Amino acid sequence: MSAEKRIVLQAKGITKRFPGVLANNKVNFDLREGEIHVLLGENGAGKSTLMNILYGLYQQDEGEIFIDGQPVRIQDPTDAIHHGVGMVHQHFMLVPVFTVAENIMLGAERLHQGSQGREPERPWWKRGFFNGLQNLERLERKQVSARIRAISRQYGLEVDPDAIVGDLPVGVQQRVEILKALYRQANILILDEPTAVLTPQEAEDLFRIMRDLTARGVSIIFITHKLKEVLAVADRITVMRAGEVVGHTTPQESDEQQLAAMMVGREVILQVEKADANPGEVVLEVNDLRVNDSRDLPAVDGVSFSVRAGEVLGVAGVQGNGQTELAEAVTGLRKAVGGAIRLAGHDILNKPPRPITEIGMAHIPEDRQRHGLVLSYTVADNLILCDYYKPPFSQRGVLQNQAIDENARRLIESYDVRTPSPYVPAGKLSGGNQQKVIVARELSRNIKLLVASQPTRGLDVGSIEYIHKEIIAMRDRGIAVLLISAELDEILALSDRIAVMYRGQIVAVVNNGQLTREQLGLLMAGSPPAEVGLSL
Amino acid sequence: MDWKRYLFIALIIIALFSVVIFVGKTQTPPLVIAMSMLATTLMVATPLTLGALSGVFCETSAVINIGIEGMMLAAAFFGWLAAIYMNTIFGYEPMPSLITGVVVAVLTGGIFGLLLAVLSITFKVDQIIGGTVVNMLAIGITGFLNRQLFFEKNSVFGGQVPHAPGTLPIIHLPVPKVVGGVCSLFTADGCPTFANALGKVFDQRPIAILAIVLVFVSHYVIFHTRWGLRTRAVGEHPRAADTVGINVTRVRYINVVIGGLLAGLGGAYFTLESVPSFEPLMTNGRGFIALAAMIFGNWTPIGSWAAALVFGAAQAMQINLQFFRDLIPPAWSFLQQSYIVGLTPYLLTMLILTGIVGKTVPPAADGQPYEK
Repeated sequence: MSAEKRIVLQAKGITKRFPGVLANNKVNFDLREGEIHVLLGENGAGKSTLMNILYGLYQQDEGEIFIDGQPVRIQDPTDAIHHGVGMVHQHFMLVPVFTVAENIMLGAERLHQGSQGREPERPWWKRGFFNGLQNLERLERKQVSARIRAISRQYGLEVDPDAIVGDLPVGVQQRVEILKALYRQANILILDEPTAVLTPQEAEDLFRIMRDLTARGVSIIFITHKLKEVLAVADRITVMRAGEVVGHTTPQESDEQQLAAMMVGREVILQVEKADANPGEVVLEVNDLRVNDSRDLPAVDGVSFSVRAGEVLGVAGVQGNGQTELAEAVTGLRKAVGGAIRLAGHDILNKPPRPITEIGMAHIPEDRQRHGLVLSYTVADNLILCDYYKPPFSQRGVLQNQAIDENARRLIESYDVRTPSPYVPAGKLSGGNQQKVIVARELSRNIKLLVASQPTRGLDVGSIEYIHKEIIAMRDRGIAVLLISAELDEILALSDRIAVMYRGQIVAVVNNGQLTREQLGLLMAGSPPAEVGLSL
Repeated sequence: MDWKRYLFIALIIIALFSVVIFVGKTQTPPLVIAMSMLATTLMVATPLTLGALSGVFCETSAVINIGIEGMMLAAAFFGWLAAIYMNTIFGYEPMPSLITGVVVAVLTGGIFGLLLAVLSITFKVDQIIGGTVVNMLAIGITGFLNRQLFFEKNSVFGGQVPHAPGTLPIIHLPVPKVVGGVCSLFTADGCPTFANALGKVFDQRPIAILAIVLVFVSHYVIFHTRWGLRTRAVGEHPRAADTVGINVTRVRYINVVIGGLLAGLGGAYFTLESVPSFEPLMTNGRGFIALAAMIFGNWTPIGSWAAALVFGAAQAMQINLQFFRDLIPPAWSFLQQSYIVGLTPYLLTMLILTGIVGKTVPPAADGQPYEK
């Protein structure tokens, strides 16, 4: 590296405790001007805690923060904004019903007049009546819109200030978040897992924007757990594990395997090992299925496909293209408006979930906390949710505690669920262990079809590895698997065949390996198959 | 608010007016009946309008307020109590007594608003329960004090209801003169019938006029000021507001207290403007109808006001039909039963809340306490 750039932000010895957890333990971190510094780590490694401290959402118990070499106290986001720190959160902090301009000006309504938005350090009841009356000033929407247009031109972030945010694609919403920080004259930008919600193309766009920004002197902290991205964009890499910084490196000095090992603390098998599929008879057959979403608009629009025993059909697509509704219709959670679904020869269209489950359907739902578990029930009770009404768990309408207990202990053991006891509420477990409870319940039954929706969303590398192995094991035992995932890497790792879904339709079904990542990405973004070089 | 909703509101109001015009047209000119209906509608819609505005402020910042009824009842009682105290015990003139009464009523609403805020924001009590607490407390306190003060021999008032200082006077806006003046440019006589009939509509008492002014003030505050932007953000996505440095708790507190003050003014209508007396439970469900108006008005001030006018028109129909009782044709004799006609506002409430004109959308975080 040439001359070292100036350090714009430095955290020294940051320690943060939550009840029972040491979230950050004497963490040191620094950011140089105009660099992209990747902070890599698994869920729960303490990345977000550190960033929330830098952004003023939490206060550190110990340690100091320096900005431009000066020690600072960041007590709330207003302080952070005042010091030029902006943050793009993983879950966007945008009000969907507001316009872009309203979202950007929120909290900084008078910014264009030159003030940094920081009001004098007085408690609100001492600020006086007339100061309060400033709240009743008319919003200067026109001036704000004009300023937003100027900034978006300056940084190449196309966006219409008068559009309603909820109508915008996710990638554009993210630009709005970045603009929000730039509007507040941020020169330090924290991006918290920004690519989790983007298509590969949108992610590429984001990386281009990030490089543009750093060329203009903005310094970026980029939080992620996706190894490919790290190597693509980072200038420097800091790896965290269990609340501590475990290493620094650069893309030149490391590779995916090494980063994964640093992150997890042991060697990780990134490639799922699997033999060729050995497909049998058709288990699930979907014909011209049409399903409406909650607003009664068509979400699945004439979809046909089949899944054979012993194969994994991966449904790839950007979230919100009908995959959720498709999975819900197949599992009986949502009424279809037309078409046919046959499971192992039975017509299951618009049947309630119980008969479908009894034919041999297992479902790992997209939202595990809402649809997969009853969070306030114990692990043992969650493990019998599919079968509680049948012997041995229920005799003449009375639950059999001994059978339930034996079942729970057996499944906890064999699926490696880390829980202090079978009688802990499921809500107390970590995300990975919650997912293992669902997997244990669903896969331990006698099933013919597994519908897995986003089975590894938000899980750590170790749990992902485990769940991937289980899915392949099920396939090898002759079970049909319908895998729905927004993670293209997951689809590529597990599927035998890939169906690409776009705007409620399946635009292509191909064998895994037939198309490259890039080609699939284009299909997911709506390019016609012919343009991608696919003749059907 | 979409135009369909306003159209629906206009149609119902026209239908309700038509019933009265149809019945009374042989005795009184339709124009006069229509104007008199309009005047009554605006008058009786006052507590509904103010109650709905109270709900709009609270719920825009995501605090559900089902305590409007109780806030109005308590304000009605304490406002009235303050007025007669000033008048009979301290011996002030009726006018300053009444004004003091209004101020006390508004402050009472504010205090009950503060109570709701403490329960639902600070202690994160379920907001429906918090609102119920406000309602029960108001019923209990007003019932108890009413009894103790006016029906106990050794109370300040000596065991009898004292002479009240009357009600707030009608403000005669110079509308007939203006309309007459304009009219005389086109006609010879200045169309006195129309001008006078129209003038009657604008002969309203101060709280009724203030309520209408407040509708537009609220609209401006919520949709065009910094405070309104922040309030809506807190109601839609409090965490987003928090991350740009907005104090969610503070914004909610202030809005709930503003809501309380507005409900308090609505309460003052009952005892200081409508009738010069207090009866236990006299708000009679108006707070809940106001809540329905707010929902039907899609949580906006102007929409809520329009919906409040529907309920006002239903009540106005009941009042005005009494004048024409003997003219009701035999086929419609059920309209002679005032208690059947009196059901109209409540039936309309149920009808409207079934969502036949499409569902309205509450603020996304409505009813949820904010956890950092």
